[in-house]
Amino acid sequence: MLEIPDWPGHVAGQHVDVRLTASDGYSAVRSYSIASAPNSKRRLEITVERLPDGEVSPYLTRELAVGDRLELRGPIGGWFVWRPQQTEPIQLMAGGSGIVPLMAMIRSRAAAGSTAQFRLLYSVREPESVWYRDELHSLSDRDHSVGVSYAYTRAAPRGWPRPPGRIDAALIASTTWPSKLAPTCYVCGPTAFVESAAGLLSASGNSPDKIRTERFGPTGDRQ
Amino acid sequence: MSSQNYDYLDGNAAAGELSKIFAIDVTAAEGQCAHCGATGRFAEAHLYMQGPGVVARCAVCEQVLLRLVNVRQRVFLDVRGMTYFSFNATEP
Amino acid sequence: MAVISRGFSGRRSAEAGKLPPGQYLTATFPVLSAGPTPHVSLDRWEFTIDDGKDVLRRWDWKSFRSLPTETFTVDLHCVTRWSKLGTKWEGVSLDTMFADLKTDASYALVRSYGDYTTNVPLKDLMNHQAWIAFRFEGEDLAPEHGGPARLLVPHLYLWKSAKWVRGITLMQQDKPGFWESLGYHSYGDPWREQRYSGDP
Repeated sequence: MLEIPDWPGHVAGQHVDVRLTASDGYSAVRSYSIASAPNSKRRLEITVERLPDGEVSPYLTRELAVGDRLELRGPIGGWFVWRPQQTEPIQLMAGGSGIVPLMAMIRSRAAAGSTAQFRLLYSVREPESVWYRDELHSLSDRDHSVGVSYAYTRAAPRGWPRPPGRIDAALIASTTWPSKLAPTCYVCGPTAFVESAAGLLSASGNSPDKIRTERFGPTGDRQ
Repeated sequence: MSSQNYDYLDGNAAAGELSKIFAIDVTAAEGQCAHCGATGRFAEAHLYMQGPGVVARCAVCEQVLLRLVNVRQRVFLDVRGMTYFSFNATEP
Repeated sequence: MAVISRGFSGRRSAEAGKLPPGQYLTATFPVLSAGPTPHVSLDRWEFTIDDGKDVLRRWDWKSFRSLPTETFTVDLHCVTRWSKLGTKWEGVSLDTMFADLKTDASYALVRSYGDYTTNVPLKDLMNHQAWIAFRFEGEDLAPEHGGPARLLVPHLYLWKSAKWVRGITLMQQDKPGFWESLGYHSYGDPWREQRYSGDP
C-alpha cells in the first residue's frame, strides 16, 4: 500500500513504474499494475510476487518497510483501462499475475456502483495460485455480480469437471460472453497466455479492436 | 526464420519510458508500419526492453517501428519504422 | 532527483575484482535482445564475407565446423553495466576466417540473422581478438545467447559481439550499426568507458 502526496488519481488497468536506486547510483525499474480501484485518497495498492532470483521483488516484499520512500512514475496507460462510463458487457481473461489490473477493474466497478456485466476467466497453474480468492468468491458466489470461472493448467481441485489443461475453444465457448454481445475484452498475463487467449477470443467472433491486451513477458514477470 | 519465444512485452510496457517525450498516452496511439503497412494500436506492438535501448516491433512483420535510447540526460528517438504515429489530441 | 532506496543493492556480487569503470559483476548471464530470437537451422546456416558488391568467402555449417577451433576464456562487459568474468568458449578465430583474404577495407559491418548490425574496425577483429563462437561452457551455444554462432570480440562492449552472426561486410568507411546509429559509441572500449557517442 503506497501513499503518494501528489497522486493525480488513476483509472483501473493502469500501472506504475517503480525505480529502486542503490547508494552507488545503480538503479533498476519494474512495472506494477495498480490493484486498487480509483479512489479519492492519495493511496494505491500494488501486488508484488516475490521471485526467487528476482532483483527488485525480494527487496519490495522483504526489505521495504512502512515509512520508506519509493520512487514511482505514473499512472501509465490509456488503452488497457476500464472506466465506469463503459456500459457494455466486459470479458476479463487473466493468466496468473495478469489478474492484478483486472482486479482493479472489478474493484472500480464496485466502487462506482456500476451494473455493467462482467465475466472473468482466470487461468492459474493450481488452486493455491489463485490471488484475491476470498474477494472473488464473494463476488461470484454471494453477490453474483461478476461471473468468475477458473481454468487450472497443472493441477485442478478434487472433483473438478475439467482435467488440468490450458484454455481452449471449448472453455471460451462455455464461460465467456458470446461475441454477438460485442463485449470489450481485456486479456492480461504472460505473453504466451495473452497470444493464446486473444487468439481464441478472436476465433470465437470477437473483433480485434474489441480485444485489449497487456503482456507481462515470458514468465509473467515484467522485466 | 524466427519462431516465437513469447519473450516480448507490448506497448504498455514502454509507455512509462515514452512518457518522457510524449505528453499524450502512447498506448492508445495508432501507427502504421513503414515496412508492411499494417496499422494498429501501439499497445499491441512487440516490445524488447532488456537491451541497451527500447525497440518496438510490428506485431505482424516484426520489423522495427520505433527505437529509444537514454544517453544520460538525452533521449534518442528513431521513429522511421512508422509511416505515421497518430494520437487523439483530446484525452477522454 | 533519484530517491535512494534504503537497503537496495540489486543483483550484484560482493566481490569486485578488476572491472572496467562503472561495471558490476553478475553471477547470471542476462539475455538482452533487440528483437525475436532467430531460429536458424544448421542446414540453412551460412557465414559470408563480402565487400558490399561481391561475396569473397562463404561457409555453410559443415565447412565452418571443419575449420580449426580454439577454446578460450574471456571476460564480458555489457554496456548495461553488468560484467561476467572467466567465461569459457569454443570458436573459430577471425584470423583463420580471414586467412588469405586480401582487402584494403578498414572497417567491418557485422551482420546477424534478424536485422541486427554492428560496426567494428577490421583490425579489432584480427590478431587473436575475435572469434565466431559456437560453444559456451562446454555446451552448444543456446539460441537466446546467440546460437548457433555469435561473434565474440571481448575487448569491446558486448553489443559489438553480435549474436546470430551471419556475415561481415567490409567497408572503406565506417558506417554505424544498429545501436551506434542511435547514441552509442562507434568504437566501444569498456576500459575507457566509451558507452555513448561523444564519449572521449
